[in-house]
Amino acid sequence: MTVTVPPLGLVHDPGPIPLLPAPDREIAVLGRTPVGADRDAVVAHLAQASYEVRRRAVQTVHDAGLGHIGGEFSITDVLVTLYLHVMNISPEQVAEGDPERDRVVLSKGHAANALYTVLAVGGYIAPEALRTFMQPESMLNGHPARGKIRAVEANTGPLGHGLPIAVGTAVAAQIDGSPRRTFVLLGDGELQEGSNWEALMTAGHRGLSNLCAVVDRNRLQQGARVADTNDLEPLADKVRAFGWDVVEVDGHDHAALLDAFAGVPAASGRPTFVIARTDKGHPVSYMRDHVAWHHKVPSAEQVTQALAELDALAGGQEEK
Amino acid sequence: MSTTALPVPPARTLHDCRDAWAATLIEVAEADPRVVAVVNDSVGSSKLGGFQERFPERTVNVGIAEQDMVGVAAGLANGGKVPFVSAAGCFLTARAMEQIKVDAAYSGYNITLVGQSPGMAYGELGPTHHSIEDLAWLRTIPGMTVVVPADPAETAQAVRWAAAHDGPVYLRISRMGVPDVYPEGYQFVPGRAVTLREGTDVTLIATGTTVSRALDAADLLAARGVQARVLSMPTIKPLDVEAVVAAARETGAIVTVEEALVTGLGGAVAETVVQHHPVPVRFVGMRDEFAITGSAEWLLDHYGISAAGVADTASDLLGR
Repeated sequence: MTVTVPPLGLVHDPGPIPLLPAPDREIAVLGRTPVGADRDAVVAHLAQASYEVRRRAVQTVHDAGLGHIGGEFSITDVLVTLYLHVMNISPEQVAEGDPERDRVVLSKGHAANALYTVLAVGGYIAPEALRTFMQPESMLNGHPARGKIRAVEANTGPLGHGLPIAVGTAVAAQIDGSPRRTFVLLGDGELQEGSNWEALMTAGHRGLSNLCAVVDRNRLQQGARVADTNDLEPLADKVRAFGWDVVEVDGHDHAALLDAFAGVPAASGRPTFVIARTDKGHPVSYMRDHVAWHHKVPSAEQVTQALAELDALAGGQEEK
Repeated sequence: MSTTALPVPPARTLHDCRDAWAATLIEVAEADPRVVAVVNDSVGSSKLGGFQERFPERTVNVGIAEQDMVGVAAGLANGGKVPFVSAAGCFLTARAMEQIKVDAAYSGYNITLVGQSPGMAYGELGPTHHSIEDLAWLRTIPGMTVVVPADPAETAQAVRWAAAHDGPVYLRISRMGVPDVYPEGYQFVPGRAVTLREGTDVTLIATGTTVSRALDAADLLAARGVQARVLSMPTIKPLDVEAVVAAARETGAIVTVEEALVTGLGGAVAETVVQHHPVPVRFVGMRDEFAITGSAEWLLDHYGISAAGVADTASDLLGR
């Protein structure tokens, strides 16, 4: 079956391309948090968005037979919080290439499906586009490709690229005297790449207060625990020593993330490093904190179970 | 094989093309506020002291950190800047190859990567500092333009062209002394070879620092009764296919000359010749070995990248 995907958000319409099956229900396009909403309403909106994203993302990985669902679930709440509330960004700004938009660089590019799904829930790409994930001729590569989707700022996937790029966008804003901010999302295993430490030095040295790096501290890399591979600790002390402000938060707590991002740009004149404590696979019981779920593909039964768990958690939240 | 003494050349003024590069970058930056220089502690070796003095806020020195340097340049491009990344060719290309591929080239950014003092320029420092692989590496990257100016006038024009060109460029600039090789009023056209001397028996195709050597070789060959055409090939990619095919058809034999592995210009010419008009081709340049120790000029002579070496190679090819 082939259907024409609406070009919304894509750099060009690839024309009829093979599609993955339709999800059990289409993702809700929620957009930004309502203007003037109180904090509880904002947090509820973000929680609803994270639920929508996880629900859709797990089906996409199953249908594509490829993907990195564990790390996508661990970074979902951060992505949702940034795109739907924190950043000065909108689908219109992205479509017009507004130079004053805030930037986000998904350095842990293997979480592309989470990014795409957040872009869908935020109204940046058509929900139907998700059904092209990794299909022939799709704009939705297994790793994000700048030039295919307008909202993607950098080509990522090979690790250790995002932070230097983010430093560059932050320096450009500094040269222009612009208030625009750059957020970069890193995996914790990714911090083993030396280029990050070069960039941490540069950002600290230049006092890039308009830069915020978020490390998705899920403690697992592809093949093993980070601590058993090439340990990062004491991570906060190391990064502070490079001239950054460090904030540690629960990376699945939207309210805590809002507080952490409220400090950007930092009055201290230093860049901000948010250590977001997360779980790979969160919150699905069989995935959570299991290294196998770096790029394991859930079976149909496992998708059903994941959806049931997500629905139950969302129901529980609503009852509160 | 006959040997002929090189006719005593007229006194020639030798130039350091870095002077033309540095002066032109200031000129270009004055006209275009988006132009920035990104360096790895290489202000001095890139002769960018004047640029830094004139544009301190547009000189981004990340220190000795090449991966960071190219990533930062990509971020600057994302932020609307036109970066010129200037560093020793050996480190710029080898240490940051993935950033060059992914961050600069795959992004399609207007980034000029300036490989300073490439080839054997750092002769006595040894193969760690020689950059003989760069032409072969860079010409394999999709979308990359590879420019090797032969004299100061061409250097200046290549800098101006690269600033305006919407795409990644590798610009190879030597510190080795070169004479003016082009007539006054010469216009650099990317992808266009320049016939510096007509000939019917063989074509010598040279690039960068080897162009004057090829011209001298043509004098040597003339003394042996061989009329050699001399083509300067300032753009390794895109190659001037038309000029190469014409050389093959009209002279029946080709010798390529480069201060690099013969898989750079030589490889590009050979690929063209076998596809369009197979004729015998010989290659002057570095082979599959790391150089022994010596000054740059001495090493070029030692490895036959010299007027005598080129003439002998052509004689060998022609059997006269």
